[in-house]
Amino acid sequence: MESDSSPADRIAPERLAALYRTMLRIRAFENAAEVASRGGVAAFGAAAAAGALVRGPLHLSTGQEAVPAGVCANLARSDYLTSTHRGHGHAIAKGAEPRAMMCELFGKSGGTNGGKGGSMHIADFSAGMLGANGVVAAGIPIAAGAAHAIRIRGGDAVVACFFGDGAVNRGPFLEGLNWARVFDLPVLFVCEDNRYSATTATESMTGGEGAAARARAIGVPAQQVDGNDVAAVDAAAARLLALVREGGGPQFLHALTYRFKGHVSVDPATYRDAAEVERALAQDPIERAGQRLAALGVDADRLRALREEAEAEIARALAAAAASPAPPAHAAYRDVQDCGAGQWR
Amino acid sequence: MAVMSYAQAACSALARAMREDERVVAVGEDLGRGGVFGQYRGLAQTFGAARVIDAPISESAILGAAVGMALVGLRPVVEMRVADFAMCAIDEMVNQAAKNRYMFGGQGRVPLVARLPIGIWSASAAQHSQSIEAWFAHTPGLVVVAPSSPADNYGLLRAAIACDDPVVYHEHKELWGVDGEVPEAHRVALGEAKVLRAGRDLTLVSWSRTVLDALEAAQSAAASGVSVEVIDLRTLWPWDRETVLASCARTGRLMVAHEAVQAAGFGAEIAATAAEELGIPVTRLGAPRIPVGYAAALEAEARIGSRRILEALLAWMEGRGRRRFSAATD
Ligand SMILES: Cc1ncc(C[n+]2csc(CCOP(=O)(O)OP(=O)(O)O)c2C)c(N)n1
Ligand SMILES: [Mg+2]
Repeated sequence: MESDSSPADRIAPERLAALYRTMLRIRAFENAAEVASRGGVAAFGAAAAAGALVRGPLHLSTGQEAVPAGVCANLARSDYLTSTHRGHGHAIAKGAEPRAMMCELFGKSGGTNGGKGGSMHIADFSAGMLGANGVVAAGIPIAAGAAHAIRIRGGDAVVACFFGDGAVNRGPFLEGLNWARVFDLPVLFVCEDNRYSATTATESMTGGEGAAARARAIGVPAQQVDGNDVAAVDAAAARLLALVREGGGPQFLHALTYRFKGHVSVDPATYRDAAEVERALAQDPIERAGQRLAALGVDADRLRALREEAEAEIARALAAAAASPAPPAHAAYRDVQDCGAGQWR
Repeated sequence: MAVMSYAQAACSALARAMREDERVVAVGEDLGRGGVFGQYRGLAQTFGAARVIDAPISESAILGAAVGMALVGLRPVVEMRVADFAMCAIDEMVNQAAKNRYMFGGQGRVPLVARLPIGIWSASAAQHSQSIEAWFAHTPGLVVVAPSSPADNYGLLRAAIACDDPVVYHEHKELWGVDGEVPEAHRVALGEAKVLRAGRDLTLVSWSRTVLDALEAAQSAAASGVSVEVIDLRTLWPWDRETVLASCARTGRLMVAHEAVQAAGFGAEIAATAAEELGIPVTRLGAPRIPVGYAAALEAEARIGSRRILEALLAWMEGRGRRRFSAATD
């Protein structure tokens, strides 16, 4: 691993505390969503029971929080982000409101998408978050295009493009990275490598040396980082985004992490080796950051307060989502298109 | 005769085809663990990883490779997971699989089966719920199938695998768990519709999951004194004109109902044909031209369902014309 660990070693306690807080908010959101979805998710052939608060497929990012927290700490609200089906963490770290996000998961009109999208399509354009996506790798060329628009229109915004390790086997990965390279576009590609593509070990389906090597082959400089060390992710993203902002074209961050839960919330993930899961749980990015903060002299009361604040915020989000009205049926016909909109025939 | 689910029926049809013909292979993501809906459960254990082939997330390569496999002597059964992801392989389906035989002057044959689960998958929203069978019915070179019952999923999958043309095979995500009797010898000829309920006043044609709604609507219509003949089309291309037109000639009216968007849906083709051939009144009911929304109330707007079929059918029979349903566009 060629991460330049020194800036991460020198991280200021306040900065680490802010990263820790972002991770706590994501974790609290994921845990609450998981509980609210029990019995409600139709996946892997099982039917959804009526009555669950969150009904859609829920791809939890539990365990992967350090990646969006570390990357997005280096983005401004005016920067852009494209996401995946596992997008809650990206949205929160980019500045979306958990309250509006939880409303979306509940399918309520107060949701980020007015109830049209659900978990898999969380988007908050006001925070530069251009959308979670149900199609693997679809966000990669879109990120290149957003960066192309920035280049043409001027301005100093950049784009962070998140995708999973499984996405590197789809054509749009090659096409999107190449596009960003040949047009020298301001994109940071972030591969969140949790080692699995749904129920398949990605390594068994991927030739060559993996994501970073592929990026380099296209001429996009790549760095690998311990994706469970939030300070290391932060430092790496800071370095790469500085290069992107200087106009040097795209950069690539390959973050090694782990998916604590199944592919979707109802997947027991029995295809994984128990010892492997055990080892990964011991690398919990939140635990690691907490220990580091304690070692830096941040006292236990402060850490507890941060945890409690995150949980209280998500409890408020849950209450708001429960209280928000369902969208009216006629909203189904809204926002289809301008010309010939939402018609029966 | 065994009782099994729609998913199990497909699984046993494929297992049988793989036993009987060693050229049959299955290709797709996560197949080694049984597929997303359990429709490949146990096959990797029985036939091994060389014939139940786990694929990277590479839809265009999955389908493109299947075209190559088919040209060089295999009979691949390809899993697209949901029809929505098959759009990532549309070139391979439409420009390659469908064109190969004709474009190369009849030299090649592409005996592949592409499985594209269609239909609303509740709460899975706009990119996991589409019914796009009309896209393929519109494409010369392709056979298009959409079974509604476990028995037909068994019989038609066997026929599709035996077919020398590329077959786009649409299972419905809300049918996987439906149980039914499946006779072991069952095989359904491609292009053969089935009359599921006899009636005098009107012919109601449907396919896939909407057949269940059509049957329910027909039952309710009977209570209102309207006798409805229900036909499960089963294969969209080639479609069974003979059965459908014979029924229409008897009843004098045709309605087609499908879950796919009504505008430019395959119902229009059947209705137009009946009007041209028989000069009878025709109507069709499909979804409004909207994506499938996530929230329950939005999803419900995109569903046809037995109530809407019944309403449309009775209104039409009473000469009240076609009504718009539920919410007005605002
Ligand atoms: C084009 C396409 N093919 C298949 C799928 C089904 N699918 C959803 S997520 C997923 C696994 C993705 O793995 P990865 O990119 O590593 O992301 P992760 O789920 O691990 O975050 C698959 C196969 C899809 N959504 N889109
Ligand atoms: Mg992954």
